[in-house]
Amino acid sequence: MARNVNFELHDLRAVLESPVDEDGIHDSFHQLIEEQTLDLSADAEAYELSELEEGEGRDNLGYLASPSSRQQHGEMQEERTEPLMDQQWSTATLRVLSSMPSRTIGRSRGAIISNYYNRTMQLRRRRQSRPSIRDFAPSSRPSIRGYGGVETDAGVDDERKWRQLVINLQNLPVSDRVQMLRCMPLSVDEKREIRRAALEYKGRRSSENQRVPCFSQLKICVIIALRHGWYSWLSLLSFLQLWQIALKKVSGRFGTGVLSYFVFLKTLLLFNFFLSIVTGFFLVLPQAIYPALSYALKFQGLELLTGGGYFTSTVMYYGYYTNSTLKKDCIWQQAISQHSNQTACHSLYYNMPLAYFFTIGFAFFITGIILVYTMSKSFGQSFRIDKSQGVLAMKVFASWDFKVSKKSSIKMQCENISTQIKELLSELALQQNTMGLLQKFGKSCVHLLAWTMCVGSTLACVLAVFYFSDYMHMDQKSRARVNDTANPLVKEAGLLALPVVVSTINLLLPGFFNAVAWMEEYNSPSTSNYVSIFRNLMLKVSVLGVLCYHWLGRIAHDPTSLGLQCWESFVGQELYRFLLMDFIFTMLDTFFGEFLWRLFSQKALKRKRKPVFDIARHVLELIYGQTLAWLGVLFIPVLPIVQIIKLLCMFYMKKASLMMNCQAPRKPWRACQMTTIFITLLCFPSFLGASVFVTYTMWTIKPSESCGPFRGLNSMFQSGKRWVEELEKGNPNLGWLVWAHTYLVENPFFLFVGAGIFLIVIYFHTQVLDGQRKIISLLQEQIKNEGEDKKFLITKLQFIHEQKRPLSSHRIRGASEVKPVSVPLSLCYL
Amino acid sequence: MGGAASQLPKEMVSEYQMIFFFLSGFFLRAHKRFSELQDRDSLSSRVPMEKILTMPELKSNPFRRRICHVFSTSEPNDGSLTFEDFLDLLSAFSDSATLEIKSHYAFRIFDFDDDGTLDAGDLEKLVNCLTGDTDETRLNPEEMRQLIKNILEESDIDKDGTVNLSEFQHVISRSPDFVSSFKIVL
Repeated sequence: MARNVNFELHDLRAVLESPVDEDGIHDSFHQLIEEQTLDLSADAEAYELSELEEGEGRDNLGYLASPSSRQQHGEMQEERTEPLMDQQWSTATLRVLSSMPSRTIGRSRGAIISNYYNRTMQLRRRRQSRPSIRDFAPSSRPSIRGYGGVETDAGVDDERKWRQLVINLQNLPVSDRVQMLRCMPLSVDEKREIRRAALEYKGRRSSENQRVPCFSQLKICVIIALRHGWYSWLSLLSFLQLWQIALKKVSGRFGTGVLSYFVFLKTLLLFNFFLSIVTGFFLVLPQAIYPALSYALKFQGLELLTGGGYFTSTVMYYGYYTNSTLKKDCIWQQAISQHSNQTACHSLYYNMPLAYFFTIGFAFFITGIILVYTMSKSFGQSFRIDKSQGVLAMKVFASWDFKVSKKSSIKMQCENISTQIKELLSELALQQNTMGLLQKFGKSCVHLLAWTMCVGSTLACVLAVFYFSDYMHMDQKSRARVNDTANPLVKEAGLLALPVVVSTINLLLPGFFNAVAWMEEYNSPSTSNYVSIFRNLMLKVSVLGVLCYHWLGRIAHDPTSLGLQCWESFVGQELYRFLLMDFIFTMLDTFFGEFLWRLFSQKALKRKRKPVFDIARHVLELIYGQTLAWLGVLFIPVLPIVQIIKLLCMFYMKKASLMMNCQAPRKPWRACQMTTIFITLLCFPSFLGASVFVTYTMWTIKPSESCGPFRGLNSMFQSGKRWVEELEKGNPNLGWLVWAHTYLVENPFFLFVGAGIFLIVIYFHTQVLDGQRKIISLLQEQIKNEGEDKKFLITKLQFIHEQKRPLSSHRIRGASEVKPVSVPLSLCYL
Repeated sequence: MGGAASQLPKEMVSEYQMIFFFLSGFFLRAHKRFSELQDRDSLSSRVPMEKILTMPELKSNPFRRRICHVFSTSEPNDGSLTFEDFLDLLSAFSDSATLEIKSHYAFRIFDFDDDGTLDAGDLEKLVNCLTGDTDETRLNPEEMRQLIKNILEESDIDKDGTVNLSEFQHVISRSPDFVSSFKIVL
């Protein structure tokens, strides 16, 4: 009977349809069905008007009529790799396919709730609030437990799952509950309902306990007040975010890659801010309040450039700091009371040498910890276990930058993506043609030549800096001997020559490296990025290394021959000059390199393209500047403030130049990975080098006799040692401090043991990663096999359905019979 | 409704904080922007899709219509958004939304025919959106076919010819840049 057919098919529909689509037939299969119905339009009138039956009958005839499908069906046993979509299915099969859990998991409310019910259950287990056995849902098949699609009591189950989810939620701690609620991909109304239900249950439960102890009530009030305070503080912070609008404009026009440069600049600004607060508060402020007696020179304009002159006798330089203990009011009282031996000082003591030593050490230590933490967090975000496969899929799914909002930039993004996709496709096609041996040899020859040129030019520049600094050194020595009476400012201006040379090298050589890289051919654009970063880094590290040798090895070694009373202040001035020259050259580069080049290329060369913003080069410049700042903090406590001013100017300058003159890079820029690399570079060569420099200076080099907080000592480190010894003399119980100092700090054995343990931990982690990779490949195999199982079952289902169909296709013209439909239904419940 | 209620009640704000990913200061900004889009004399609290698409953040985005459709809770699913749908949109695209939420919504946005999987038709429409409309950037049919074949080879683990949500999330989890690029800042 027709009624029977409808009833059973309705049953099927009620159980299997996805709740999103009310019609019962999804759009994607709609076309398939339509195509098949078109074949049989002649027979349309003969069928009954019930939609399902029509589809059923026509579709089936269509299936039987097409020879290809029968052939396919015959070959089903051999070819298991046919995708499911190519075959022609009947409506029932299509409905089964369309409501499979793997397809409805993202859309069906029931599936999402079941999924989150499972998760909250796991979380509860982890949090040790064990759920009772009643909470577990029975199901016919373990692997689909929790998916509300194909179970017999589907309608009841949804509601039950909802209740259980609410129970789970209200048994979790508050933060977990909030996080879980936020992560659910449901609509707002549903989330609100769930949340209210969860709180209601909790309210009901708590009202059952009549006695609520006073202490916990107070605790609750305090916690709520704290939380409100915390939220308002966080929202205040978000308002205070620096440059939010500017960064949004940049990302709207240029995308995430260029944005990462500005975010890096902001990070450096925060580091310098922290450093300047520490040194300012502990060093500059006390010394500024109790000024040491010194002669003051007149301020002339050139000091801003050379850092010398007037500035040498201010708080800016190391030499100004006193080596005595600052005492309040004692100076005056000593002058007044000449009779009394004891100074009536009741106030603060501030041991300046100790403060200097510990402040610098503390600042470096905390900066190091913050850097390592940032680096590990960034690394954790960007590291992926198996990265080699799936490049095209990643490019198509994950490369659209939604932040870009300007129309021309979106057009440019489309062009970039299109170019990258076409390049990737051609690369994949090329990979299939293997390169001949001769071609490979030719390629490696070109690479070798390029590397020789780069290394050779770096070496040449380093030697040039070495000999030039040597020449300057000799020149200064001879002048000191002759006792030159020329204007000291002119002399100091002459010292600007070395920074100018170094900055010129830093400016010109990366351009040369780019030109050399242009003739090379790399397998992927990221390799060329890494190679260029490495070459630039090599240059900067070697130049800085030579300069450090020049300062510590030559100047600090024999300061009197240069006529210097205070070599630390001199080295500080050098660093100030280097920092300033770097800034001036960056300004000139921005002006000439970007602004004028754009005018030139647009007017003279008539090119439409603006110059590209080279992210890697600019970030390396920032890292170089920061290294100079870290090197100089020991000698100029005020240097972080100078660096802050420099970074602020650079932000506005670069942003203005970017908006006017540049365009986004055309090659793909993986922002997350590159940021990790840059932070690693900031930590390892840059910060580590600076801390080694500072540690070496503090440990081994003898400070000047006549200036600075460490005058008279053998090394800066000795002040700390002396203090510990004095403590022990004053209070013999602190003898362990001296012992700890001798055996832990000065003994390298402790460092070796620490490093050994560290390496063992790293080894264990790499082994764990290896194991995870193996598990991933095994699981992928398993999923593939399950997919084949699924295909097998579906085609078997269709086969059986089709076998039953020929009997009933005659009967469809009249009243329809029931029999064949029930069989596939039972198979559905597998 | 309109510009009358420029202040949000406090209970609503604290409730929103539990549901969405952003902080209280943000709601006022979002409310202001939404009120600007609303018609003053219309009675409903829904903003039609055309008005939403005039926002500068969405104006030129090739996925703007899909975004409106995905976040709309209206019965005829015409892409109109209430204030809460708007907040839902901003929350999913915000800085602190998890990878899972973002990949879930990205999947729904890319699923042009709303059938729960990305089949070849969806992928083709997606690639056409990505590469734009001009002749020189569009892929020719041969390249498109090759591209779709490669994508399915790389991401279809159970070999059923379509990419379902779990497979999509698996591909996305391998790309660390997704979280930062799936963002809209107000």
